[in-house]
Amino acid sequence: MAKYLLLKHYRGGPKPHPNAATPMDDWTPAEITAHIGFMDDMIEDLKRRGEFVDAQALAPQGEFVRYDGEGRPPVTDGPFAETKDLIAGWMVIDVDSKERAYEAAAHLSSAPGKDGEPLHEWLEVRPFYGEAPAVEE
Amino acid sequence: MIDGHLLRDLTPQVLGALVRRGADFAAAEDAVQEALAEAVRRWDGGAPDEPKAWLVTVAWRKFLDARRSASARVLREVAAHREPAPGPVGQADDTLLLLSRCCHPALSPASAIALTLRAVGGLTTAQIARAFLVPETTMAQRISRAKRTLAGERFEEPGDVRAVLRVLYLMFDQGFAGDESEEDLSAEAIRLARQLVASVPHDPEAAGLLALLLLHHARRPARRTAAGELVPLAEQDRSLWDTGMIAEGVDLLQHALAMDRVGEYQAQAAIAALHDDAASAEETDWPQILEWYDELERLTPGSPVVALNRAVAVGHVDGPLAGLRLVEALDPGLPRRDAVAAYLHERAGNRAEAARLYQAAAQATVVMAEHTHLLKQAARLNRA
Repeated sequence: MAKYLLLKHYRGGPKPHPNAATPMDDWTPAEITAHIGFMDDMIEDLKRRGEFVDAQALAPQGEFVRYDGEGRPPVTDGPFAETKDLIAGWMVIDVDSKERAYEAAAHLSSAPGKDGEPLHEWLEVRPFYGEAPAVEE
Repeated sequence: MIDGHLLRDLTPQVLGALVRRGADFAAAEDAVQEALAEAVRRWDGGAPDEPKAWLVTVAWRKFLDARRSASARVLREVAAHREPAPGPVGQADDTLLLLSRCCHPALSPASAIALTLRAVGGLTTAQIARAFLVPETTMAQRISRAKRTLAGERFEEPGDVRAVLRVLYLMFDQGFAGDESEEDLSAEAIRLARQLVASVPHDPEAAGLLALLLLHHARRPARRTAAGELVPLAEQDRSLWDTGMIAEGVDLLQHALAMDRVGEYQAQAAIAALHDDAASAEETDWPQILEWYDELERLTPGSPVVALNRAVAVGHVDGPLAGLRLVEALDPGLPRRDAVAAYLHERAGNRAEAARLYQAAAQATVVMAEHTHLLKQAARLNRA
């Protein structure tokens, strides 16, 4: 088994599919409900398959923060510029293969958006560093 | 099988007995946890006839063992007053004693809630960790740090009831505002508030707090859709409200108000009771609710949250523009300010401004269910 991070972005990544171009507050309330319901169902499905590890959503506000020397308050940069990549949330899954990880990401990307059409949203898929195998030869 | 409820009910009683015998709180709490673990191992064939006495004996032995291994000097000091004080001491006294220590003002609210849930609520560290969605080791550390903070505090006299009320209120709110998995914290806060009221029956604010919690908890079945989305008060299916719980809350509130020492929890409970009393949103008695907000503002001067909620009531009594004037005087960074302004703008007929403010409120909240709800409000207005 290997763990993968499926990273969802508010913005950033390759050129969006036309279906992913409409902001959510221009959907109908029912479309928003359907979109969230899809993701809840996907989490349930991952749990049933024994592949679920974690799922979290991030609020869009936030800032960059860094150390500025002893006794000085932290330096901040933000809020995030409109052009910057912005992470919306993630799922972590533990699966048998990279193919299965991509299949799960593609399914998440098919979540319904405006008019109930699949969003075709880009998901960033990143393998976790794993443990060294116990059997060496 | 071990009766988990029995163990949970006995936890604070056993802890109280140890503290009353002179054990310091942190060591007593550890000893009680060990005694509970031993009970789980040894009560397989059923609880003994006197389970509380059994637990007190075992916990006291654990406490002395720990002391003995820690320091012979401390042992001599403890042994000098190891016998319980003569005369009957009510269990209710212990409950207040323990609650007020766990809710000590030196602790952060999160630490106080965690410690209260374990020492008085009888929850395991694993259960509390799940309620807060943190790893068990993290919660164990939070509880240990809280106990270290309390080390050296005196435990003979019960502390401030007000601090206990505040922690129970926050514990309940944690369950109310948060995600599904946290919701049992609300039920736990009610259980502890009941114990507190039994312990201080003549404190009208304790009764007021329990009434407030019950009057809100009664609406829980109507507060979310099957899909988990928030349903605002005005749109809730009131037939789902728990009428028994409302009746109990109203009784408690009337009893508290009759003591003629009104306080902020009684005032909040009165507002909740007026909402619960309306058969439909349209029948809500807003003028009387506004009177209670005036009282609440008098009791908690300068509270921006009260001022914001009062603006909603003013919006219903004197019109949305009057409410908006009050909102606009408040700090722009105040949580939910945009959402309240959006609500009042929509009632005033400014749909575009309402949509813009709902969108802004959705971006600002850090509660997922609120984010979705506010986004849908914006979507509803943008589509119409």
